Amino acid sequence: MNNRKLHKKEWVSALKFTFFSIFIGLLVGAIVLAFSGYNPIQAYSIMLSGIFSKPSYISYVVIYATPLILTGLSVAFSFKTGLFNIGAEGQFIIGSLAAALIGGYLNLPAYIHVPVCILGAILAGGLWGAFSGFLKAKFNVNEVISTIMLNWIAFHLNNFVVTRPSIKREGMNVTQFIADTARIEILPKWKNCEAALAFREAHPIINDLLRTPLNAGIIIAIVTAFLIKYLLDRTSLGYSLRVVGDNVNSAEYNGINVKKNIIISMLICGMLAGAAGGLQVLGRTRNVAELAAMESYGFNGISVALIARNSPIGCIFSGLFFAMLTYGGPKIQSALGAPREIINIVIGTIILFVAVPKLLSILKSKFKRTIINTKISKGDE
Amino acid sequence: MDIFAFVLSTTFMYSAPLIFTALGGVLSEKGGVVNIGLEGMMYFGAFMGAAIAYYSGNPWIGFLAAGIGGGLLALLHAVACVTFKANNTISGLAINFIGPGFALFLSRIMFDGATYTLPLADKKMGMPLKGFFMKDSFLDNLLGSQCHTTFIAFLLVPVVWFILQKTRLGLRIRAIGEYPKAADTLGINVARIQYFVVIAGGVLAGFGGATLSIAVSSAFNPTIVTGQGFIALSAIVFGKWKPQGALVACLIFGFSTAIGIVLGWSSVQAVFPVPSQILAMLPFVISLVILVSFVGKSVAPSSVGIPYEKDN
Repeated sequence: MNNRKLHKKEWVSALKFTFFSIFIGLLVGAIVLAFSGYNPIQAYSIMLSGIFSKPSYISYVVIYATPLILTGLSVAFSFKTGLFNIGAEGQFIIGSLAAALIGGYLNLPAYIHVPVCILGAILAGGLWGAFSGFLKAKFNVNEVISTIMLNWIAFHLNNFVVTRPSIKREGMNVTQFIADTARIEILPKWKNCEAALAFREAHPIINDLLRTPLNAGIIIAIVTAFLIKYLLDRTSLGYSLRVVGDNVNSAEYNGINVKKNIIISMLICGMLAGAAGGLQVLGRTRNVAELAAMESYGFNGISVALIARNSPIGCIFSGLFFAMLTYGGPKIQSALGAPREIINIVIGTIILFVAVPKLLSILKSKFKRTIINTKISKGDE
Repeated sequence: MDIFAFVLSTTFMYSAPLIFTALGGVLSEKGGVVNIGLEGMMYFGAFMGAAIAYYSGNPWIGFLAAGIGGGLLALLHAVACVTFKANNTISGLAINFIGPGFALFLSRIMFDGATYTLPLADKKMGMPLKGFFMKDSFLDNLLGSQCHTTFIAFLLVPVVWFILQKTRLGLRIRAIGEYPKAADTLGINVARIQYFVVIAGGVLAGFGGATLSIAVSSAFNPTIVTGQGFIALSAIVFGKWKPQGALVACLIFGFSTAIGIVLGWSSVQAVFPVPSQILAMLPFVISLVILVSFVGKSVAPSSVGIPYEKDN
């Protein structure tokens, strides 16, 4: 009982500090905007109304959040098990590529096509992640380094596959659109038939929602977050993975196979990020294209995990928050001409503050020391 | 031009930015602070270098500004990691947001909404040995077209080695990276030296970025750094946290880039057609293979990445 209360207290203070970090991040963003001659209040209110003022905007935030929640879970899972998966980016790319290939080049009946695509994405991403785990377990290669390399290898592999003459579309370096049987968008066909159009006209809110590629991905993402929480907290696999994360030596002492656990953990991380890529293709993009730059779904997953303090359920909320910033943020550029990169500054500041949980206690003790010192020096006089 | 000279000279050219950055990382990690933010510092340095060189008309001023830019970001990292005992990796990650964020933000303000700077043309970093050797001789092909920055990068390797191994400061840095408490007990100001190495590392990463934007190429664009800070990071690991080791690693990365360029020549493609995407992948595959085959036992400074907290 007492323990539980203590736990709750910690949890509340962590949450408070997270809100504090977000506040400071937005404040720094406002200062930078003000220094560059933009009105920060105007900028933030444009962002806010660009996020909440229409059902379709909210729907877009949800669509943006879907892959972020999953890549966030992927990174959070790695942190919880003592690893650092910077490779969610590459695992995402591999997952989306697998889903696009299975969805676009395989003929399967509906109800089978979607699960096969998702499983393919999960498997492909999982193996890509497990490879880093294998390199760490077998050759002692730091997973931070290997996943960074594998991100770029995945990036160029994607471009290689997408530009193959047998795969690419005529005149464009993109894969074929996935078959209708593989789509997870809500009512993709119905929404443009005549009956639907009449219905949509009568219901403007639903009409606005249906304008967006709202899809089932978000439900899968949320369910996955609960599954990961269950896996970590309530299963023996989750327990042994966490023990390895907490203390490798005690894990070994307790007879846990650390090397196997590292591979399993990276496998799961990769599966989560792969699922993110797969759902993105099935629900939103419907193809993969040649990449000019990293799309950053995986990298942003790191921030999502950090802001959530590695809590799986927290990832749902921080994923949504992150989606708001990345969806609403660029709107200040079209409306005000203020550079959209202000968002990166805000996010970076938030993460910087998340990195210093001891900030307040250190500041407090420094402050106290200065007071004591001044008192002492005054006493000397 | 003889292909051997070409490959070597291209290797030198592409290694230089990595050498600067990796040396910066070696300094910082020897002093016990992990710097995953090298990428962001390089990115900001690349922008500052190109932008300031463009407006001042002098590549050296740009180069210095890049160092200052990298150093400022590193100061942020140092405040977080040294003073506020931040998780080094997370703070570095934040730098990787803030660096590119400020670079692109300022770029849009200074270059009329664009995320790239205008080409430097003749304001590019100069080539000190151009015309020094007989035209088209081996040495001319090898060194004649190298910018000042290449020479500075290579010269810095023994300098950093000397500082770390032969000076009192270097001994202190290494002591702090291995066992900060012992260093502290001996009266060494741990925080001050850690600030020094992190900021010096940021300055070097800024130089590395500027080398990309004002020497290797002649303008900044948003994809100019793309992972080179992370490659420098792996060069540190591969080089076993030694300047000379990092040099070798950077040369290998530069070499694989050079090989990629040669394999992309139309004359080579006619005989040996390798898709460009595979060529682009090459440096990363090679570095991964190298990591697997050579790294072996980890030899990182024992206390790297663990914030040092003084007992009160």
